[in-house]
Amino acid sequence: MTAVLTTPAPQTPKKAKQASSRSWGDLAWPIGYVLVVAFLFVFYKNLLPDLQDNIAGNITKWLPITSINEAMVWIVMALGLNVVVGYAGLLDLGYVAFWAVGGYVAGWLMSPPWNPDANLTFHLWSPSNANPQGIHVTFWLVLVAAGVVCVVAGLIIGAPTLRLRGDYLALVTLGFGEMVRQVAINGRVFGFNLTNGDAGISSLDSIGTGPFGQIQGIPTHLGAFDNEFKLLVLGAIVGLCLFISLRIRRGRLGRAWLAIREDELAASMMGVSLVKAKLSAYAVGAFFGGLGGVAYAASITGAVSPSKFDFSISILVLLMVVLGGMGNVWGVLLGALVLSWVNSTGLNQFGVQWDEWFGTSIQGDFKAHQFGLFGIVLVLMMLFRREGILPERRTRALMREPSRSEAEAMGADITEAEIADEVVAEEDPTTEKGLSS
Amino acid sequence: MTQAVSSPPAPLTAIRRKVRLGPVVERWIGWAILALGGAWVIWSFSASPKQFFEALVVGVNQGTLYALIALGYTMVYGIIELINFAHGDLFMLGTIISMSVFVNFMDQHKLGSWGGFGTLALAMIISMVLCSALNVFTEFIAYRRLRNAPKLAPLITAVGFSFIFQDIGQFANGSGQKNWPVDLGLGGPKIGGLELYHLLIVGGVTVPLLLLMSFIVTRTKQGKAMRAVAADRDGARLMGINVNRTISFTFALGGALAGAAGTLFVSEVSTTRYDQGLTFGLIAFTAAVLGGIGNLVGAVVGGLLIGVIEQLSNGAPHGLGQQWNLTVIFTILITLMVFKPEGILGTRTTEKV
Repeated sequence: MTAVLTTPAPQTPKKAKQASSRSWGDLAWPIGYVLVVAFLFVFYKNLLPDLQDNIAGNITKWLPITSINEAMVWIVMALGLNVVVGYAGLLDLGYVAFWAVGGYVAGWLMSPPWNPDANLTFHLWSPSNANPQGIHVTFWLVLVAAGVVCVVAGLIIGAPTLRLRGDYLALVTLGFGEMVRQVAINGRVFGFNLTNGDAGISSLDSIGTGPFGQIQGIPTHLGAFDNEFKLLVLGAIVGLCLFISLRIRRGRLGRAWLAIREDELAASMMGVSLVKAKLSAYAVGAFFGGLGGVAYAASITGAVSPSKFDFSISILVLLMVVLGGMGNVWGVLLGALVLSWVNSTGLNQFGVQWDEWFGTSIQGDFKAHQFGLFGIVLVLMMLFRREGILPERRTRALMREPSRSEAEAMGADITEAEIADEVVAEEDPTTEKGLSS
Repeated sequence: MTQAVSSPPAPLTAIRRKVRLGPVVERWIGWAILALGGAWVIWSFSASPKQFFEALVVGVNQGTLYALIALGYTMVYGIIELINFAHGDLFMLGTIISMSVFVNFMDQHKLGSWGGFGTLALAMIISMVLCSALNVFTEFIAYRRLRNAPKLAPLITAVGFSFIFQDIGQFANGSGQKNWPVDLGLGGPKIGGLELYHLLIVGGVTVPLLLLMSFIVTRTKQGKAMRAVAADRDGARLMGINVNRTISFTFALGGALAGAAGTLFVSEVSTTRYDQGLTFGLIAFTAAVLGGIGNLVGAVVGGLLIGVIEQLSNGAPHGLGQQWNLTVIFTILITLMVFKPEGILGTRTTEKV
């Protein structure tokens, strides 16, 4: 993993010769990102306890660190779905399947004994407080393992969908998502207890800090109240995902994905291997999903249960991608932050505040109708701002463009022709000059 | 070949070889899967013919309901190429509307079991009207504006409407399961846990509805317009067909069928849940795909098949049981997508450049 991280370093001086602004662009976000995470860590760890009570109270009410940690996991998921939907244009409605698979890998590899069918004991760099019984592997290796398992799952799901387009693809992925959930709920597959059914797997190991644990002030394992350190761990995972997303987008594979997204037929004519590109999109997306699943199971809930993996979660992640701006990493990050905050804290707290102001008691109603609210947001977004809050320039043009057959029939409907002209004008200001001269 | 398909880490070679061996191997695998299914049916049937037969009857009954919903999917898909994700939730709203009407009316008038039939018919008509109005309304405020947008946009809008409908359902029905007193008090023999007269009601309503549908689509002017718009929207517009009105009409028909299916379904099971629409819709859509999407006869055939398969897997001896329902149905869907994406009665289309 470190090897991956260090590879771009020697490239930067080369690029600096070509264009200094671009190398700055490459460095600006990692520095900024590290600063933001470090600031959050210091703020919640050291500054918050010293603040005045009413300010500190409001902050812990409206923006508790647990909600930030949860948002980090959602960001990982949204970035993964962004690779599949945003980059490659393959609509995946069963993305929660990877979250579930990642979560169960964590459940299998870092839990006290739960399965009467297979009572194994195995330790590999397990954290200091681990139960002597059961399988206990360190969080970091589980991350890798879940990533690998999810890549395999992604390829299995991807392979039959290769020939399908758009709508059918959405349906098949949805079907896979529901199948994974049903397996998780039923628990027993061919008589073998695989997922422990509705009860799920609980009391997962905490994250071990390994060599860092020796340093004064850092716990050897991150318990339920070490949220600030969890923020650092999750921050590292999000950083890795951001890095992969941004770099892969510029590379050969990323450009192949964009080509497929915009016109599959033309892309394959130009020599893009559809099979390879689509499968790798699924694989990368699934990898992120696996990371998110392990991170969620190990650091947020400490348990895995099938009730967390239903269809609405897939839609929530999709909504994050759509709301933020498909294809644009920063937009997706923003979308995930906002929606995850609304989902975990915002709506609830808003309800509490509402009750305080107006003396009502409808606090639960806001939370209960949140999916209705999300539905309204989805519809309004699609009607009025299809490209999301922070769109990529390229996506914006794509989403505003009328479909090909309609464009052909421009003479039949003058408004469509106008839309097309607008798109051309936005895309390239020189075109309009060329036309007028 | 089978080995290459089943070993996921090397799907690239699998695909390449598939292209070389051509569709022959694929067809053989397809036939092998069908043969396995047939062997299972015989095995099940020989274990307990009575139980098998009961599951079959319940399956046909369930299948006609799937057919009604699948028709709504397939018509909308045929005309504007949209998977209307909200259609299943429309069905769910249909169940809630019809039960509210039915129970309130029955309470007020203290009708006996024969009056119950009339009330059920009334509930069905109200549910059909409201559902079709709701469907037309969503088309009017959203899908119409997105007709020229990339396909992703209307699809996501449909998902959004699905959530909105579920929220309305949750508001009306509460977040749990609600039981309604729908017993018409006729008694009678039971087949597979359901009273015979319920099955007769479902059969007696769906068959005329399906015949009416096929009459509307094949014999009336409006039906002709629907087929024309589905074939070529711009061409139809040039021929003087009011495209917007035709699409609205299609949505109205689909919504009415979903409403009718809602009443019939709830008259059998007498419980409503706000989140049952999604699953039901997915199964019905699978039925539509199985029959060949865009093909009306295909939707009915697919619906019956899916209903029978589901109930056989549920109730027949050696079945997997209800908890594996969705898995069985989606496995069928995925297998079908791989081997015969155009469905049983559909025609293979090539992409236009």
